[in-house]
Amino acid sequence: MRSFAEGDTMTREVKNPEELVGRGAREGAQLFREWFDDLSRISHEGGQAAYVFVMGSMAELLRVFDIATVFPEIHSLQTAVRRVALEYLNQAEDYGYSPDICGYVKADFALQLRGGEHPMGQIPRPTLAVATNACNTYIKWAEIWERMFNIPVFTLDVPGTRSAGTQSWPGQTAFDRDRRYVSAQIQELISLCEELSGKRFDIDRLREALDSTNQMIRGWKRVLELNRSAPAVFNALTDGTIYLGVANAIRGLPQGGQYFSDLVEEMEYKAANAIGTVPEEKHRLVFVGVPCYPIFRRFNEMFTEWGGIFVSSTYLWFASGGINLGYEYDLQRPLESLAEGTLINVRQAMDSMFFQDRALIEMVDTFQVDGVVFHPIKSCRTTSTGQADTRRAFMEATDVPCLFIESDMMDKRVVSEAQLKNRIDAFFEGLNARKLQHAVV
Amino acid sequence: MASRNENLLADWQGTTLEQTLEAARQLVEDVSFPTVSRWREMGRKVVGHFQVYFPEEIADAAGMLPLKIRGAQLEAVRAESRFGSYLCSILKTSLELALSGRVELDMFVTHPICDAARNLAAVWGRNFAYPCQILYLPQNANSSYAGQYLRDEYDRLKMDLEEIGGKPITNEDLNRSIEVFNENRRLLRRLYALKREQPWLVSVEETYVLVALGGLITRREHNEFLQRLLPMIEARGSRQQDKIRVVFEGGFCEQPPLDLLRAISQTCYVVDDDLLIGLRWILEDVALGADPLMSLANAYLENSSYSPVQHDLRKPKEDMLLLRIREAKAEAAIIAAAKMCEPGLDEQVTYSKTLDEAGIPYFLSEFEEKMTSFDQMQTQLETFAENILFF
Repeated sequence: MRSFAEGDTMTREVKNPEELVGRGAREGAQLFREWFDDLSRISHEGGQAAYVFVMGSMAELLRVFDIATVFPEIHSLQTAVRRVALEYLNQAEDYGYSPDICGYVKADFALQLRGGEHPMGQIPRPTLAVATNACNTYIKWAEIWERMFNIPVFTLDVPGTRSAGTQSWPGQTAFDRDRRYVSAQIQELISLCEELSGKRFDIDRLREALDSTNQMIRGWKRVLELNRSAPAVFNALTDGTIYLGVANAIRGLPQGGQYFSDLVEEMEYKAANAIGTVPEEKHRLVFVGVPCYPIFRRFNEMFTEWGGIFVSSTYLWFASGGINLGYEYDLQRPLESLAEGTLINVRQAMDSMFFQDRALIEMVDTFQVDGVVFHPIKSCRTTSTGQADTRRAFMEATDVPCLFIESDMMDKRVVSEAQLKNRIDAFFEGLNARKLQHAVV
Repeated sequence: MASRNENLLADWQGTTLEQTLEAARQLVEDVSFPTVSRWREMGRKVVGHFQVYFPEEIADAAGMLPLKIRGAQLEAVRAESRFGSYLCSILKTSLELALSGRVELDMFVTHPICDAARNLAAVWGRNFAYPCQILYLPQNANSSYAGQYLRDEYDRLKMDLEEIGGKPITNEDLNRSIEVFNENRRLLRRLYALKREQPWLVSVEETYVLVALGGLITRREHNEFLQRLLPMIEARGSRQQDKIRVVFEGGFCEQPPLDLLRAISQTCYVVDDDLLIGLRWILEDVALGADPLMSLANAYLENSSYSPVQHDLRKPKEDMLLLRIREAKAEAAIIAAAKMCEPGLDEQVTYSKTLDEAGIPYFLSEFEEKMTSFDQMQTQLETFAENILFF
C-alpha cells in the first residue's frame, strides 16, 4: 500500500507514540465537553450568547464582543447521539410541528420549551441569532427564536455559486459585487453587536481571533489531505465528526488553532508509520451527506465490519463552514479579509452540497476511492435534494460503485437498521466480487 | 397593443366569457404547453423561471418569453430517478416537464427560496446543456446595501440574457417592458379587488387561471386578454351566496390542483390568497427612469408582498397574514401547506398560533399538486363553514 507520507510528510521524533495516537479524539472530546460546560456556566450566570450555525458562524467577530457561540445544530444532533432525540421531537410535534420538517429545528424547539435543558448541560438563552443563507432552514429556525425570545435576528446573506463551475474570485467584478454586499452586512452586524454588548469594536481582537482561525484552517486542510494515505489515518465519519465539533465550537480561540496543529502532528505520525483505524483496510469510501446520528456507532460498524473506511466526507467540507478550501485571512486587512473569507468559505460550504459532483469525481484518484456512500436524509433537504442526481452524474463519469441509502440524522422512526444492513452488506459483497474480478484480470 | 405575430393564444376574440374561461383553464392545465411550442416555432427563446419571484421584465426586454415553472399534474417518470424521497412534488414534476421534452428552454433559473429549490440549478444543469443558474435574490432585505446588491445581481442576469438572446438590452427596452408589466400589475390588482369586494363574480379557481395564464404568454397579450375579460366579469349577473369569506394561504410555490380550489369555492369565498404570489409580488408601479434595474430592485425590496420564503424584519409573516385577513374582510383562513414543503410547514405553526390568539377561525390542510380526491376535505370544510355560519 502506498503511504502519503512518502516525500510529503514531515517525520517527527515522538517521545511517546502511544500517547500521540488517538490524542486528537481524546482531547477533542475533552475540549467539546469543556465548551458545553462553559455554555452551562453562561446560562447560569446570564451571560451573552449568540445562536449561530456551522456554515458562517461569524465566531471571530462575536469573540471580539465576548459573545459566546451556541450551535443549535450541534446541541440538537447531540440529543440523537445520546438517544433522547425522540422525546424532543415528539414534544415539538405535539406543539404543531410537522413530522416532515428538519429534526434539528424540532429538537431545539423542544429544548427551548424546556428552558435549555440538554443531556450535556444547560443551553443559554440567545442574545441574538446570526443566520446565514447557506441553509434556508437556518432562517426559518431563527424566526422561531425571534418570536420566542424577541431577540434580533441577523440574516447574513452570502451569495453562492450561480451555476456549476462559475465561481468568481478576488479581482473579478462579480466577486467584488458580492464582497461589497457581505462587507456592508458585516459592518451592520458589528453595529448590532456593539449595541447589544455595550462594547466597542476592537480590530486587534478580531485580528487575534482570525489568527487562531488561520491556524485551525491550515491544520484542517492538512488533516483532510493526510487521509490520502493508505491506510487512512482517521475515519472521516466518526473521528472526523469529533474534529468537526472542535472546529466549530472553539473556532477563533487559540486552543482551537493549537488543537489542529497537534492533530496534524498526530496524523503525520500515523501516515509516516502506516497506522490506520481498522485492523485491515479493504475498501476506501467517501461519505456524502449528514451522518445517521440516531445509530451513529452502529451505522459506522456496518461499514468497518467489512473493512470499509471513510477516507473523506462532504460533511467535513460543508459542516466546517467551507474551511477545507484553505482560505486564510489577511491579518493586515482583517475586516476586508473577513468579508472576503466569509464569502469564499460559505460559498464553498454551499458548493459542497449543491455542486459536489466534480469534487467527488476528482477525489477518486487522489484518495484511491473504492466506493461512494450517498446518504440522503429525511430531515435535511439542503444536503439531500441533489444526491440522487449527483450519484447519476458520478456514475456516468467514473466506474466507482455507489451505495444510496436513506435514513435520518435525528429521527430513529425513519431509520431501519435491518434494511440499512441488508443494503450495506450487498454493497460490500459487490465490492469484494469486483476486487476479486480485477485481481483475476 | 401586443404585436399580432407575438400572440400565442388561440383566437379568443368573440367568444363568451364562460367559453374563454374554460379555454384558459384547459390551457393552464395543459402539460404540453402549446403556447411555449408556438413561441418556439416563431424562432423565439424561452427562459424558464422556477417559483416564487423572477424579474420577468428583464427577460421580456431581451425578447424572450419568461415561462413560469410551477410544476404540473403529471407523473414524474424520468425525474423520479433524479431525486430521493421526502421531497415536494413540484421539484420533480418541473424537471419532468423538461426531461420529457414537454417544454424546451434556452435557460433555467431557480432561486434560493428553500433548501430543495436551490438544488435545482445543479440538478437541471447536470441534465441539460443550456445555462441553468440560481438568481440570488437577497435574503437580508434589511441591509442598507441589499438594493445595490440586487441591482448588480439583475445586471449579471441581464448580461447572461443578452448572451443567450444575442442582442444587447438597453434601458429603453427595460423601461418599455416595465411599462407593460406595470399595466399587468394594475389589471391583476383590479381582478383581486373584484375578488375581495364582489367574490361572487369571480371564483378562486377562475382567478387562479387568469393569473396563471400570464406565466404562459407574453404580458402584452395577457394585458389585452384581461382588458377584454375584466369588464365581462364585472358585468356578470352572479348573485351573492351564503358562503364564508376566507383567505387562502400556502400557495406561494407548489400549486394546489384546480379541483381543490373548486372544492373550496363550493363553501367559501376566497377573498384573498397567496396563489402564484410571485406574479403579483410587486404591489405598485415600478418607476421608469435612467436605472430601471435599480427600480426593479427597489420595488422587490420596498414595495412587495410577503411569503414564507423571504425574511424581512419589516414584514413578520404572521402580522402580514393578519393584515391580509383584515383588508379582505375575511372571517376565517385556510392555512395550507404543500406536502414536504419545509417553509410552508414551518409557517403553518406560527400562523395557527397567531390566529388562535386573534380568535380567527382557521382550517389547516396539506395538499399535493397531483392529489385527485377532495371529498374528505370538502366535507371537513363544509363542517368548518357551518360552524362559522350558524354558531
